[in-house]
Amino acid sequence: MPEMHRTKQARDRYNFLWEWANPVKFMWFSGLALPWLVAATVLTMAIGLIWGFFFTPEAANFGSSVKIIYVHVPSAFMAISAWFMMLVASLIWLIRRHHVSALAAKAAAPVGTVMTVIALITGAIWGEPMWGTYWAWDPRLTSFLILFLFYLGYMALWGAIEDPDTAADLTSVLAVVGSVFAFLSRYAVNFWNQGLHQGATLSLDQEENIANVYWLPLLFAMAGFGLLFVTLVFIRTRTEIRKRRTHALELRERMADA
Amino acid sequence: MPELGKYADAVLWSWAATLGLIALLIVMTWVQSRKAKADHDAIEARRKGKES
Amino acid sequence: MIALLARDLRLAIRAGGGFGLGLAFFLIVSVLVPFAVGPEAEVLARIAPGILWVGALLACLLSLDRIFQLDFEDGSLDLLATAPIPMEGTVAVKALAHWITTGLPLVAAAPVFGALMSLDERGYWWIFVTLLIGTPALSMIGAFGAALTVGLKRGGLLLSLLVLPLYIPTLIFGAEAATRGIGGFDNTTPLLMLAGITAAAVALLPFAASAAIRINLR
Repeated sequence: MPEMHRTKQARDRYNFLWEWANPVKFMWFSGLALPWLVAATVLTMAIGLIWGFFFTPEAANFGSSVKIIYVHVPSAFMAISAWFMMLVASLIWLIRRHHVSALAAKAAAPVGTVMTVIALITGAIWGEPMWGTYWAWDPRLTSFLILFLFYLGYMALWGAIEDPDTAADLTSVLAVVGSVFAFLSRYAVNFWNQGLHQGATLSLDQEENIANVYWLPLLFAMAGFGLLFVTLVFIRTRTEIRKRRTHALELRERMADA
Repeated sequence: MPELGKYADAVLWSWAATLGLIALLIVMTWVQSRKAKADHDAIEARRKGKES
Repeated sequence: MIALLARDLRLAIRAGGGFGLGLAFFLIVSVLVPFAVGPEAEVLARIAPGILWVGALLACLLSLDRIFQLDFEDGSLDLLATAPIPMEGTVAVKALAHWITTGLPLVAAAPVFGALMSLDERGYWWIFVTLLIGTPALSMIGAFGAALTVGLKRGGLLLSLLVLPLYIPTLIFGAEAATRGIGGFDNTTPLLMLAGITAAAVALLPFAASAAIRINLR
């Protein structure tokens, strides 16, 4: 069967060119999953945000400003989750050397940074009518500013190193050490200044929890932001894989010409 | 449009900032993805052309 | 290891700059601040612990890129990597050398700068104690940052961006302990936290730093 033989050979060469089997599988899988992910993201975000903006009542103490939580809380949640995902992906890269993992961590950093900025901006805008100032050195605000600095350093290190594997290794080490220090900073900042933020509004403790009318649309908004993060990371990881392969092919062409 | 009362500015600004930043991120991601795909397809086509 | 320490110290002294530069920088900061905020003694004494801590932190940052850069360029880092001493030990010794040339002079000179900033005797004492406990952590964290950026041509600015966020916990507890001590309050908790950070940094960061150096030497 020459036909089948040729396809197998072609596929083998393809795998060989990629030099890692994993990215091929990832491209295949993410290509299949992306349309569904995009649809789910749009649907969930639309439900959460439209519900949150148009169909929630005002809160007794906060008036309509309570509507800010539908963008503030999900973005803050994703800012931390994104860093956590980068930490896990970095560890997987350091231990198992899966290239997709390193690239996914790289892909997640700008998304996490934007989420951190959104959380900071919406927090500041909310702070103005609530606390009478755009910026207070409240522990949570301060922690997010520190998290933002960590994101900046992480992305700068990726940008500064030319060799992709060295960059992946060093940024992974930074992510691991940085996580410890980010955690430590959180406690240091708490110790340094007791804050203005209201207590755990999202804790599972029913008595402290905010009422269901706010909680349900917020749940949708959070799921929507989470899906948005996954979708963007998928797309960005695919971009990184393509860039890396283009680069490898360019080198090969140049070697063939020489 | 719901009645936002005295907090209208704060609510609208924070939503505008959020949606604007997310839109920016999506557009950037999309543009980069398109460019990477175009570059990749171009070099792939060149390689195929050489082989045959 | 002692030979390595002696060699690093000799190099730092002979190369000039390294030894006195941090101290001179610290002095300039302490002179500039009164110009900026005015000569009132109460104001200066109030902000002195913070200023001195930030000054120490920046002075420390100034000489960080020297820790590995020269050895990396002339190839002695490759030799050290194959030497019988484990890389972790080399890193720890180099961080120690950095502390002796940068941190220790600052600690010793802190009372003088305290006087410039209108502090009283209790102020000298607490600035001295907190800097003595905290600066080893600054050197060790800095050595980790320097290890990350050792392969880069112009890593100086990036190094600051990477290291300064890592300094935040040390700075908070150090300055808090000094402020509370000077105010006559109980500062056991921040002092213990500061000592804990230093101990943990000295115990654990050599592993991360030597991993980074091995990656850069590949």
